Amino acid sequence: MYDPTVARLTYRALLGRRRALILGALPLLLIVIAVAVRALTGADDQTASDVLGGFALATMVPIIGVIAGTGAIGPEIDDGSVVYLLSKPLKRPTIIFTKLIVAIAVTMVFSAVPTLIAGLILNGNGQQIAVAYTVAALVSSIAYSALFLLLGTVSRHAVVFGLVYALVWEALFGSLVPGARTLSVQQWSLAVAHKVSGGDLVTSDVGLTTATVLLVAVTVLATWYAGQKLRALKLAGEE
Amino acid sequence: MAVEHSPATPAGDRSRIHDIGYRGYDGPRLGRAYARRSLYSQSLRGAYGLGRSVKSKVLPMLLFAVMCVPAAIMVAVAVATKAHELPVAYTRYAIIMQAVISLYVASQAPQAVSRDLRFKTVPLYFSRPIETADYVRAKFAALASALFVLTATPLLVMYVGALLSKMGFAHQTEKFAQGLVSVALLSLFFAGIGLVIAAVTPRRGFGIAAVIAVMTISYGAVSTLQAIAFAQDSTGAIPWIGLFSPVTLIDGVQSAFLGGSSAFPGGTGPSGGEGAVYVVAVLSLIAACYGLLNRRYQKVGL
Repeated sequence: MYDPTVARLTYRALLGRRRALILGALPLLLIVIAVAVRALTGADDQTASDVLGGFALATMVPIIGVIAGTGAIGPEIDDGSVVYLLSKPLKRPTIIFTKLIVAIAVTMVFSAVPTLIAGLILNGNGQQIAVAYTVAALVSSIAYSALFLLLGTVSRHAVVFGLVYALVWEALFGSLVPGARTLSVQQWSLAVAHKVSGGDLVTSDVGLTTATVLLVAVTVLATWYAGQKLRALKLAGEE
Repeated sequence: MAVEHSPATPAGDRSRIHDIGYRGYDGPRLGRAYARRSLYSQSLRGAYGLGRSVKSKVLPMLLFAVMCVPAAIMVAVAVATKAHELPVAYTRYAIIMQAVISLYVASQAPQAVSRDLRFKTVPLYFSRPIETADYVRAKFAALASALFVLTATPLLVMYVGALLSKMGFAHQTEKFAQGLVSVALLSLFFAGIGLVIAAVTPRRGFGIAAVIAVMTISYGAVSTLQAIAFAQDSTGAIPWIGLFSPVTLIDGVQSAFLGGSSAFPGGTGPSGGEGAVYVVAVLSLIAACYGLLNRRYQKVGL
């Protein structure tokens, strides 16, 4: 199910040239903010939770997920070079699975690790906040990667739709319409984080069981359907 | 080589230019200004998907509708309740809808420049009588105009609605004019940022993500820091933090000079002196974007 060559190519497509630097700018910004906030306010659990929840989990993880998830397959389909990959004797689900693993790894490295560091800077893991948000970032990395990888195989405008989901649906509708929060990767991962921290600082609108079931279901279904889409991929010209 | 039949004859006798029917062009030469105008109008149409496929019309038109519908609803509510003032000020509207504007810039800026880079059509443009500055100016103006249409149309809807419900002509006109100046500044500024980022990468997807990251992430970071500064009672720091994100920059300019109310925490917008810094920052950033674009296209593909 895992093909090292495809993985190597995908890593190169995602991180080659100067792209790793651009991806690294976001985590760096998070750490700079964490240092600034710590210097401004000192260690405070509520502030730490606000920064990690509002900036790291709500903005940074989805955007890195969009870049890594759609970037793992989107550009190849876009410029047509995916046919060289598809013409090799590899099962299409294997290609998808390998690309998913790479996308998850990239998202985790660029989002969960900085979240942990920022959490440690902000309040030294008081009340398990840093660990809780890191777990949330890890869990949501998996779901976002699978979801956005699927989008990359479905649409040529995957990045835009991914961003609309991440920013408009989760941030805007999530804050206005309570029902929308049930269908949000962010809330599902917060439910897991809530279980880890055990405190009241990390809260979610979704129960742990529902969240876990939905997370697993979304990841598996998205991966399976992406494999199906790739089996019957139609290459279209530029618009 | 053809076989030489008679090497004795001098070469000059046999060589002649055949007229195979090519004709010279003796119509009007429309020149540089015309080429620049065409590039401008084509880019402006392209920014709304006009003259392109149905699929590429969907997103810009959808975002345009999303921009206008809340304004129409507000007008309807204000007329129905016979209010004396619109529920949202003209200058506030673009700030509230900033996510939509950012998405529009992010989707259309790469559309305007990345594809020319990826399919290597830039050298073809420069084989026409236009220069680097013409290309940059045409693209910049086109995206700024598209953004102005996007942001000024809802204001127009609100203005017309306000006049229809007789809210006071002079007052509304003044506020409307201030709103127009503010969105014009916003259009130029956002177009510049979007184009600079998009012109760096030939990959459309990556360009979109980079533009949205700069717009949204910086706003998220700045408003988080401002909220914390407000909670710590260090209100003096709030305006200075606001200098670091495009949306808060525009917000600061209009709350200082254009009679807008600030969205900063606590409503403490920049004062006169700080506002001047905001204006200088916005104008110099616009100029810097223009300069960077010119520098970028000095070399590209040539």
